Amino acid sequence: MQGMSLIVKNITRLVAGFIAVFAVYDVVYGHVEPGGGFSGGVMLAASVVLVVLAFGGDFARRVLSVEVARWTTSLAVLAFLVVALGGYMVGQFFENFLWRGQVGELASAGTLAITSLAVGIEVGAGLFAAFVALAVFRRGGQASAGPGEMLET
Amino acid sequence: MDHVVPLLVAIPLAGGFLMPVLGRLTKSHRALAVLPIAMACGLTLIAVALLTRPDETVVYWMGGWKFPIGISLVADGLSKLVVLVIAVISLLTLLFSLEYMTHYTRPGLYYGLFLLMVAGMMGVVISGDLFNIFVFLEIASIASYALVAYGTESDELEASLKYLVLSAIASTFILIGIAFVYNVTGHLNWAKIAEVIQAGGGLTMPLYVAAAFFLTGFGLKAAMVPFHAWLPDAHPSAPAPISAMLSGVLIKACGVYVLCRLTFSVLGSHQTFGTVLVVLGTLSMVLGALMAIGQADLKRLLAYSSISQVGYVVAAVGAALVGLALANGSKPIEVASHLAVFGGLFHLMNHAVFKSLLFLCSGSIEQATGTRLMANLSGLGKRMPVTGWALRVGALAISGVPPFGGFWSKLIIILALTQLAALAHWAFYIPAALAVVTAVVTLVYYAKVQRSVLGGEPSDAAEDAREVPATMCLASIVLAVLCLANALVVLPSVRSRLVDPAVRVLSAGVGSTVESATASADREVRTPAAAQVGANEGMTP
Amino acid sequence: MTLAMVPFMLAFLILVIGLYAIVAKRNLIKVIVGLLMMDYAANLFLVLVGYRTPAEGAPVAPILTGGAAGAGDLAARAVDPLPQALILTSIVIGLSVTALVVALAIRLYEKYGTFDTELMRNLKG
Repeated sequence: MQGMSLIVKNITRLVAGFIAVFAVYDVVYGHVEPGGGFSGGVMLAASVVLVVLAFGGDFARRVLSVEVARWTTSLAVLAFLVVALGGYMVGQFFENFLWRGQVGELASAGTLAITSLAVGIEVGAGLFAAFVALAVFRRGGQASAGPGEMLET
Repeated sequence: MDHVVPLLVAIPLAGGFLMPVLGRLTKSHRALAVLPIAMACGLTLIAVALLTRPDETVVYWMGGWKFPIGISLVADGLSKLVVLVIAVISLLTLLFSLEYMTHYTRPGLYYGLFLLMVAGMMGVVISGDLFNIFVFLEIASIASYALVAYGTESDELEASLKYLVLSAIASTFILIGIAFVYNVTGHLNWAKIAEVIQAGGGLTMPLYVAAAFFLTGFGLKAAMVPFHAWLPDAHPSAPAPISAMLSGVLIKACGVYVLCRLTFSVLGSHQTFGTVLVVLGTLSMVLGALMAIGQADLKRLLAYSSISQVGYVVAAVGAALVGLALANGSKPIEVASHLAVFGGLFHLMNHAVFKSLLFLCSGSIEQATGTRLMANLSGLGKRMPVTGWALRVGALAISGVPPFGGFWSKLIIILALTQLAALAHWAFYIPAALAVVTAVVTLVYYAKVQRSVLGGEPSDAAEDAREVPATMCLASIVLAVLCLANALVVLPSVRSRLVDPAVRVLSAGVGSTVESATASADREVRTPAAAQVGANEGMTP
Repeated sequence: MTLAMVPFMLAFLILVIGLYAIVAKRNLIKVIVGLLMMDYAANLFLVLVGYRTPAEGAPVAPILTGGAAGAGDLAARAVDPLPQALILTSIVIGLSVTALVVALAIRLYEKYGTFDTELMRNLKG
């Protein structure tokens, strides 16, 4: 995949970091303000996808690692499940067993904050891995004869 | 004890997320299959443990949040029956895929998707909340779209695309139905919706529209005619264990089970729904059987046969709905309706067992000979004795030959339809007669399958066919034994544990769900006071 | 047929347009866009269902800004937050289905060299 023009590359250099920071803010404040894991994760993935689109597939292959993204996806969602199962310690499945604090504070709502974080990481890494699998690792387009296989990478 | 109910969903979910990780650590197919098989064993144990107390309804509020903000899991008689069916079939299918999937790549991905599908189906069956059912339904469906396309040949991709587009339309319709129901009642909890509808004096026009959307959506998931167009392409193209799961449990857990819940327990028995279900069920019965006769591909024939058999279940359930609506306190009609529900649920259990057996056998045949076209296959009875005998048992069972279980369930359905015809409305004679005709047609095409595939001299493709590895044979043998053992469900002692609680739940209609609405404790176990309603009256065929 | 029904009618219009695109178009990408439109129309319909007009004043988005003290005031004036939570889930589901169908479309393009669904009809009967 080709990169884009010089203007796009420069703007991306300036902007991608801010998008990522805003995404992290959205995830971390998910239990206080609208947003939360999913929207923050999508914005995080979008910032990385922006970089890949602007700088091209070769840059993506060199600098960003799909393996890390896949591992992060699986581990984050397993962390979510561990938190849910941890509710058994205090009685009910999925119960909130951490400190709850005041409504509206950052340090509040117990497991909600942790699950929001896990979902944010998972969605960000997962969407990035999906985009890269679809767009960067294609095997050149024309009708290839013979059976195909699932992606080897 | 009641804490195990969420584990029914949590265990396969954990497996579904762990398997891709493990798949990247090791490439050995057989080593990766150990964890899923262990999880399926665990699920079967939980299902059996839940069945040791068959009349209790477990209402589990997740997170300790009660009504009206909490989401509940409800495991009553009907849920326990379907959970057992899902657990057993997935265990045997996983056993089969241990050897079968060595021909495909990325086993970690396969087992992960498989366990996600099982988790989705379990969630649909034990969920007590309408939107939760939609979410789990989508989890199971998305996993199945990916599994149908697993081999990534052009046929499989096309079949998966067709399945995906049609099924996504169905999901959209279901979501709109949920929006209507929420608008009218203001709640999403099954039981509370039933209560609000009953308090509001029955069904109003928006609820009829919602029911129409639900019928379309879930009818497509259950592959009823005229929404069946995806099934004859999707089921043959999937790998054989996935075909067994799709045909055996997915169309039942996601389609027929939710339709039963909606029409009996939430919206209330109503003559219109029942009539529609009977008509669509009868159409499916007849059309599935007629289309199956002319098929050349073995798995495609089995897929059309699935449509036909699910038509039996839907027609029986619909007849029971009409019967309960027309009963007006008349005891014999009620008893006939209970018999129809029993027949429908029994046939659901039976069909799960013998259809998965038939698909697994076809997978063995395809692996051994490399072809699915029946014109190229013959004389396999000599070369592959175990698979041959399992295929014979499955074909006899599904055709309704005594003493296998299929005979009893079809007999009960036909008897119930005839009784309802004599007592309630003469129009029931039509589905009863068509059920008999379809049973004969089923026997005809399965006899053709047996003769052409197993009989005669070995053809070119079958010359060097050898018997498949031991675990695949084991799965086939266990399923064949279950085909025979299912006939024991007719006995009162077995029936009262397995199927009668489910029949009671459905026959009590809206009453059974209203009880589980506003629970005061975190989890409640409820033994219905009317546990003897419809217990043993008139169940003996 | 009051003015309040117009948003619902428009949501249904989008649904029907999406359904038309799926049924009548030959290009696979247009079918995918139709699928997306149907999903978003259903989500839109669900959000519209949650609209409430409070006893006095204008309806307010259900965002809790004043800590626990503001909850009572919010409950009297806010629109229903439950459908909004439902459509968040539904949007995620739509995203997963879209990702899967696009992956299938790319694979099919690699096999057939075209996006025309009329040329992909291998399975018959």
